[in-house]
Amino acid sequence: MLNLLLSRLATAIPSIVGVVIVTFMLTRLLPGDPAAYFAGLAASPQAIAEIRTKLGLDKSLPEQFVGYIGDLLQGNLGNSLSTGQPVVAEIATRLPASAELTLFALIVAVAIAIPLGVLAAVKQGTWIDHLCRVVTTAGVSLPVFFTGLLFAYVFYYLLQWAPAPTGRIDVFLSPPTHITGFYLIDSALTGNLETFWGALRQLALPAISMAIFSLAPLARMTRGSMLAVLGSDFIRTARASGLSPRTVIFTYAFRNAVLPVITTLGMVFSFLLGANVLVETVFAWPGIGLYAVNALITSDYAPVQGFVLTMAILYVALNLTIDFVYGLVDPRVRLDS
Amino acid sequence: MKRRSFMKTTAAAGAAATTAPAIWSEAKAQARNETLLLVTESPPNSMDIHGVGTNRPAYEVSWNCYDRLITYGVKKDANGNDHYDYTKLQPELATEWDLKPNSVTFKLRKDAKFHDGTPITAKDVKWSFDRAVTVGGFPTFQMKAGSLEKPEQFVAVDDNTFRVDFVRADKLTMPDIGVPVPVIMNSALCKKNATATDPWAMEWCKNNLAAGGAYKVERWQPGQEVVFARNDEWKNGPLPKVRRVIQRIIPSAGNRRALLERGDADISFDLPSKDFAELKTSPKLTVIGTPIENAMMYLGMNVNQKPFDNVKVRQAVAWAVPYQQIMDSVMFGQALPLFGGADNKFKGAYWPQKDGYKTDIAKAKALMAEAGYPGGFETTLSFDLGLASTNEPLTILIQESLAQIGIKASINKIPGANWRGELLKKNMPMITNAFGGWLNYPEYFFYWCYHGQNAVFNTMGYKNPTMDALIDKARFSTGPEYEAAVKGFIDIAFEEVPRVPIFQPLLNVAMQKNVTGYRYWFHRQLDYRQLVKG
Repeated sequence: MLNLLLSRLATAIPSIVGVVIVTFMLTRLLPGDPAAYFAGLAASPQAIAEIRTKLGLDKSLPEQFVGYIGDLLQGNLGNSLSTGQPVVAEIATRLPASAELTLFALIVAVAIAIPLGVLAAVKQGTWIDHLCRVVTTAGVSLPVFFTGLLFAYVFYYLLQWAPAPTGRIDVFLSPPTHITGFYLIDSALTGNLETFWGALRQLALPAISMAIFSLAPLARMTRGSMLAVLGSDFIRTARASGLSPRTVIFTYAFRNAVLPVITTLGMVFSFLLGANVLVETVFAWPGIGLYAVNALITSDYAPVQGFVLTMAILYVALNLTIDFVYGLVDPRVRLDS
Repeated sequence: MKRRSFMKTTAAAGAAATTAPAIWSEAKAQARNETLLLVTESPPNSMDIHGVGTNRPAYEVSWNCYDRLITYGVKKDANGNDHYDYTKLQPELATEWDLKPNSVTFKLRKDAKFHDGTPITAKDVKWSFDRAVTVGGFPTFQMKAGSLEKPEQFVAVDDNTFRVDFVRADKLTMPDIGVPVPVIMNSALCKKNATATDPWAMEWCKNNLAAGGAYKVERWQPGQEVVFARNDEWKNGPLPKVRRVIQRIIPSAGNRRALLERGDADISFDLPSKDFAELKTSPKLTVIGTPIENAMMYLGMNVNQKPFDNVKVRQAVAWAVPYQQIMDSVMFGQALPLFGGADNKFKGAYWPQKDGYKTDIAKAKALMAEAGYPGGFETTLSFDLGLASTNEPLTILIQESLAQIGIKASINKIPGANWRGELLKKNMPMITNAFGGWLNYPEYFFYWCYHGQNAVFNTMGYKNPTMDALIDKARFSTGPEYEAAVKGFIDIAFEEVPRVPIFQPLLNVAMQKNVTGYRYWFHRQLDYRQLVKG
C-alpha cells in the first residue's frame, strides 16, 4: 500500500515540475512592468531602475529562474509586493478561508443534491423529478456573483437577516485562536459560541450561493447514474427476490451509482476552490482566489506563482484522494490496475 | 418517511437561524460606540512610507501613526467644510521654528514620546530625514521636490533642537516638511532591527511601526483589516476623539454602499460617482465632495507625432470634446468643469482653471481644414483599464464626438499594471488620464506635466523652451514677477493645448450623520485625528 502511494506520488512530480516552469515563464511573459508599477506616482526613470534592481528584475531570465528555484527549495515563495507579506504566510492564512467556504458550500450542495438526485431517479417523471430539473437548470444558469449580489441585496440590505458582507467574521468580533485556520472548527474547539455563531452567519450567504451553483452537476450526475443502475438486471433480481425498496435503493443501487458522483465531486471541489474569486469579491472573503486575481492585476509575480503551485499540489492531492476513495467504495476498482 | 423528516429538520433549522437572537456581549455594544468603522477598497501594503512600492492606503496608516515636524492649518472651504490650509504651517513635533534665508531651526516638544516610551529627540529626527533622502525611490524623490537632498543638510544641534541647512532657497522646502514622507521614526528601535545589509531596517519597518503618532496599530491582517487604537499619551496635537478605528477591506463598491446605507459602516471613500450623486440626496448620510487640488482629468495628445504636432489639430480636438455630456453622464455632476471660460487666457495664479474651449463642432471642422486634414485621419485613444469606470464612458463619448470632425479614433484599453510602462514609452498618440500634485502650486503641476525635463507625467512629450524658462522662474520667485511667470505658462498651455483639460475631480466621502470633523487633505487619505463620532 505504501509502495503504491509512493509510486502514485512519483507520477505527480513531473506535472509539478512542469507547473513550476510554466508559471515562471508565463508571469514573465505577462505585459506590464512591476518596477514601473511599484515605483509609485512621481517616479523618475532612475527610481524605477533602482526598484528593478531591488526586485532582481534586471537579471537575465535564467538567473532569475535559478534564484526562484533556490528559494522554492527552501520553502520560500517570495514576497508579495502588493500586500508586502511573504507569499507562504499569505497563502497559509488565506487557503483555510477559501477551503472552509468551499467545503461548507460543498457539504450543503451534497446534502441537497444527492437526496434530490436519488429521489428524482426513483420517482422518475413525478414532481420531484421536475423539481430536480428546475433546480439544476437554475443552478447552472445563475452565475455565482449574480446570486451572491442578489442574496446580499435581499438578505442583508432589504431583510437584514444576514450579517453585513464584511468577510469571515463580524468587525467587532475577534477571530478565534488559530488552530486549524477554519473559524468554525477553531471556535468550536475553544468553545467560543459567540464567534462560532458569528462565523457561521458570515459563511451562510457565500456558501449558499456557491452551493446553488455546484448543486447542478452533482444532482444531475446522481440522477443519471441512479437511473442507469436502477434499470440494470441485478436490481430487477433484487426486487424480484422481495428485498425492501430501501435495501434495493441504498444498499444495491446507490452504492453502485456513487462512483461517477465522486468523480464529479472532486472536479466540482477543485473548480470551486480556484474559481470562487467572484464570491470572495462580493462577500469580501479573504480567500486565495481574490489574492491571486489582485496579484495578477498588479503584475505581482510571486503570489501568482505561489498560487498556481499551491493549486497544482492541491489538485494532485485531490486526485490521489479520489483514487483511494474509489477503491474503498468499489472493491472492483484496483489502484494497481 | 425519510424525505419528510429531512424537510422538517431543514425547515426547523432555517427558522432557528432567522429567529435566534444574536449573541451580543455588552463589551461588543460598547466597542461599537467608541469605534469608527471605515470601509475601503484596497488595503495598505506596508507600515513604512519609505518602503519600496508603498501604496496610497499605506500613506494613511503612516499619516495617522507617525508624527511629522510640522503640519498644516485648517480653513473652511466654499461649502463650509474643513479643508487643510496650505498657506498655514502649524506645530506638530516641533513647537516653534526659526526660518532664516539659509536654514531653519526647529525646537522639539520636550515631553513627546514614541509608542514604546522612548523620548523623541533631535537624533531621531536626523536619522529619519537621513533615511528619507538615502533609501531612494519615492521618498527621496519627494524630499528632493523641496530641495531636501543630502544627510549633511540635517543637523541635530542638541536633544531638542534640529536644523535644516538649505542647498538653495526653495519656497517648497517648508511645505515639503509637512507632507507624509518626512515622518519621525524611533531610531533606536529601528537600529535594533537593522542588519548589515539593511541598515535602515526597511524589512522590519514594513510590518512594524517605529512611531510616536496619535494612533497605534493594534492588529493588522494584510489584505483584510487594520485596527487602530488611540495613543493616549500623544502630545503633539489635541488628543483624538475616536478611541478605535477599524479599517475593513470591502472590494465590492455595491457592498460598501449597502454597508453605509444600513448604518453598519461609518465612513467610506471609493464609491463610483453615480453612487455619490445618489447618496447626496439620502437623508441618512453626510456626503462631502471636495475639489481635488491641483488635479485634472485631461485628454493628452502626443506632440511628437503626426498629426498632433500641428497645433491647429490639437485646437480642433479641444473644440470637439463633448464636455458637458462628460460632466452629466460620466461624472454625474461630481466634478468641476475646466472648460467654457470667458476666454482662453490666464485668470489668476491658481491651478487648475477654466480654459476657453467648449464644444463647437463647426469651429473644430474649420480648424481641421486649416490644418490640412479636411477629411480627418485615424488614430488611437488609449486609457488605463484600472480606472475604467470613469475612463471607459469618457473615451466612448470623445470617440463619438471626434468622429463628427472626421477623426476615427479606435479605443485601446491598457491593463492597469501596464499603464505606467506605456506612459513611459511616450508613444501613445492620444490618451485620457488624470494627474494630481500634492503641493498646491501651479508651477509644481507644470513642472511635472509640461516641463521639458519630460517627467513621466508630461505624457504629451511637450517641450517648449519658453515655457520651461517661465516654469523655472516661477519656482524660485515671488510677487509680481512670480505672477507674470504663471500667467505666461498658463497662456501658452491654453493656446498650444497639448493636453485638453476636461474636469477637476472631486474627492467624495460618505459618512453617517453622527460622524463629524472630516477634513480634506492634499494626500487624499483620511485623517482619523480630527474625526468625532457622536
